Amino acid sequence: MPATAATDTATAKSTDANPKVDKRLKVIDVTMKRNHYRQDALIEVLHKAQEAFGYLEPEILEYVARHLKLPLSRVYGVATFYHLFSLKPSGEHTCVVCMGTACYVKGAGKILDQLQAELGIAVGETTPDGQISLAAARCIGACGIAPALVFDGAVAGKLDTEETLARVKAWQP
Amino acid sequence: MDLQDLHDMAAAERDRQKPIRVLCCTSTGCQAANSLGVKRNLDSAIKRGGLSDRVEAIGVGCMGFCGRGPLVEVHSADTTEITLYEEVTPEDSASIIEALDGGSTTCLKGDPNHPFFSRQVRIVRENSGLINPERIEEYIAVGGYEALYKALYEMSPEDVVQEMTTSGIRGRGGGGYPTGLKWATVAKMPGDQKYVICNGDEGDPGAFMDRSVLESDPHLVLEGMAIAGYAVGANHGYIYVRAEYPLAIARLQKAIQQAKQRSLLGSQILGSPFDFKVDIRIGAGAFVCGEETGLIQSIEGRRGNPIPRPPYPAQKGLWGCPTLINNVETLANITAIVRRGGAGMPRSAPRRAKAPKSSRSPARSATTV
Repeated sequence: MPATAATDTATAKSTDANPKVDKRLKVIDVTMKRNHYRQDALIEVLHKAQEAFGYLEPEILEYVARHLKLPLSRVYGVATFYHLFSLKPSGEHTCVVCMGTACYVKGAGKILDQLQAELGIAVGETTPDGQISLAAARCIGACGIAPALVFDGAVAGKLDTEETLARVKAWQP
Repeated sequence: MDLQDLHDMAAAERDRQKPIRVLCCTSTGCQAANSLGVKRNLDSAIKRGGLSDRVEAIGVGCMGFCGRGPLVEVHSADTTEITLYEEVTPEDSASIIEALDGGSTTCLKGDPNHPFFSRQVRIVRENSGLINPERIEEYIAVGGYEALYKALYEMSPEDVVQEMTTSGIRGRGGGGYPTGLKWATVAKMPGDQKYVICNGDEGDPGAFMDRSVLESDPHLVLEGMAIAGYAVGANHGYIYVRAEYPLAIARLQKAIQQAKQRSLLGSQILGSPFDFKVDIRIGAGAFVCGEETGLIQSIEGRRGNPIPRPPYPAQKGLWGCPTLINNVETLANITAIVRRGGAGMPRSAPRRAKAPKSSRSPARSATTV
């Protein structure tokens, strides 16, 4: 299969040129190997790939599809079905607003509106300078401290609009 | 490992435990309110005060009052009285330790006998908030894995299923399907390969009983799964957990590893011919995967599209094999039912429900948690 062979060499070439990429691909290789290249391990592998690369670029999906011997359509289908997988790169920092019932009642909707207006982006987007990504989550399970937000993985609670904006602005250079 | 080893391990752990236990909640709710900082400061205050020989600070699971977290409870071996502190901050947590020696504390005291607590009948959450979920020894010290031993050595698989039916327990995921009937269906199916799935893809807003159980007492669920496997003739189990519950996943992974090391999971459990292994599958943010056929698709590495039933998973589930799929809370009830016997389960639900707990139990009856 000349086409596959060509992509294989292309991947090999690009990994030779960039040792960092190679290292990250190794993470995927190790995960696939640990799962004995079983096709049902696809979601696990994509989790690891996203952890290593930050998002799932088309080349990665092709790489995974080839090694698990799955049609690319299947890999793409899974990657787009699950909300946690992102096909676009995310910003340097992420701000997740919990939009669960408790947080919404406590004003998370208003906080989110303000954030969108202030940053000039919609939910799921990243600022043009690549600094901040804004996301909304279904209940993160911290209703006791509603409204809750997640700043770069750290949960913060009982926030108001001013404090949230201050925290997000601190990220901007 | 046999029953004697279990008892020895329990006794050794009870000897090791210090007379005064300062329990600090380290579940997600309290962690978000900085309970890890509280725990760190408690540890250093104990060290500073030279109290390490009789006081220990322990990170425990959910105490059930997340809205007032972080919560800290002081249990003493000399007295049955419990001191509860609410909304503890890392700054004044050290004063809790000083108060043990007659000092005063600046922390907000809560009432452990408040009707919120005193009206609860704890079955599933019997140990939660009292033991360190990351140490199997503490679970064994409160009688853990004895129900599995009882099931393997004193009961036949049919007996176990019968106890489930007698207890009247119904699926705690919300559907309320009689658990005994489900187990009996899977047990009756022909075939050598069967699976047990624990559904931990809880996604309704404001609902985190599964997370609370998995974070506070992961071994309880593992033991319940093993008993379920024995009852229906399965030797492989999957726990499907939402990716949004990283702490629950980490604690489960640890628990599985600890149980494997002590042959409480894996092959020849407790010296019997019964094998049972458990794998974790992590979700990827799809609400629909909480539906059983969608969840099975997801474990198989596909899009979580539900498929029409019948055939039900009990007939044709994971990889076409008969599959028992139960919610986390249902599986967390199993050890209690095996230990007490189906007839010994308390009934808080309306009389006609005949179940240990009803989804629609009226507000006036005691709450079973």
